[in-house]
Amino acid sequence: MFEAIAFYLFSFLTIAMFYIAVTTSQALYALSALAAGMIFISAFFFILGAEFLGAVQIVVYSGAVMALYAFGMMFFDTTREVKEKQGNKAIIFGLSIISAVLVVIIVAAPIVGNNIEALYPVTEGAGNVQEVGMVLFTKYLVPFEVAAVMLLVAMVAGIVLAGKKMDLSLTLMTEQEILMMREEDKNKKVLS
Amino acid sequence: MMEIGLNHYLVLSTILFAIGLVGVMRRKNLLMLFFATEILLNSVNISFAAISHYYGDLTGQMFAFFVIAIAASEVAVGLGLLIVWHKKHNNIDLDNMSTMRG
Repeated sequence: MFEAIAFYLFSFLTIAMFYIAVTTSQALYALSALAAGMIFISAFFFILGAEFLGAVQIVVYSGAVMALYAFGMMFFDTTREVKEKQGNKAIIFGLSIISAVLVVIIVAAPIVGNNIEALYPVTEGAGNVQEVGMVLFTKYLVPFEVAAVMLLVAMVAGIVLAGKKMDLSLTLMTEQEILMMREEDKNKKVLS
Repeated sequence: MMEIGLNHYLVLSTILFAIGLVGVMRRKNLLMLFFATEILLNSVNISFAAISHYYGDLTGQMFAFFVIAIAASEVAVGLGLLIVWHKKHNNIDLDNMSTMRG
């Protein structure tokens, strides 16, 4: 009973928020609606007993990703209204409905086909966080490390792409070039 | 009230996926396009967690974690590229990125 009420409430809220995020013409409304939808999605994870996943969802999406988008939006002109594609609406909606039905078939196929046996069954008497730790650091240790390396690469790429004068390397330049660059910077500051 | 089963979660996930797809197809601004891809990734995460719960298997949750990690790095690299493009061309509309159309 309680689960049903929570499920319907949060599904309504999530769908409404994501609908706003997709259809609004104001970039700031889209950002805030998306952040709210992410937090409502974590409610589903808590209902499903995946507490650690829910906490990670709030921390990573509402904390890190949304903050990153907010910083990114400072670079772009967000006050102007977002223009939208003027395509054939019937084709767009038809295509999305077909792809959605396809996704249902893909997800439901193994359930209809045969009974799934749990590869890593839930341990008795252990909390969700403990279970996640036990599986993540035994069976999924290598993907975990690869994901860590990928995040490091993404961080370096983000810094190099967004930073200033990242195409220059101080170790490859001579002393004179570095001094000249510093002088230019000083002159620019004085002028501005 | 009826019992909430796996199908409820799958249908919800599908609805959210459809919303994300509509967003991907109708948005012209690249930042808004990124928002729509986030919706797509999140809808898949819901179905992963639901299947993991209803089959008593933790693999679904593990995949959800890796999807979150990939989404985070995608945002970092994508926003960096977007900032470089915006510095060069002063807009982030998808229609202007057609230099390879021929």
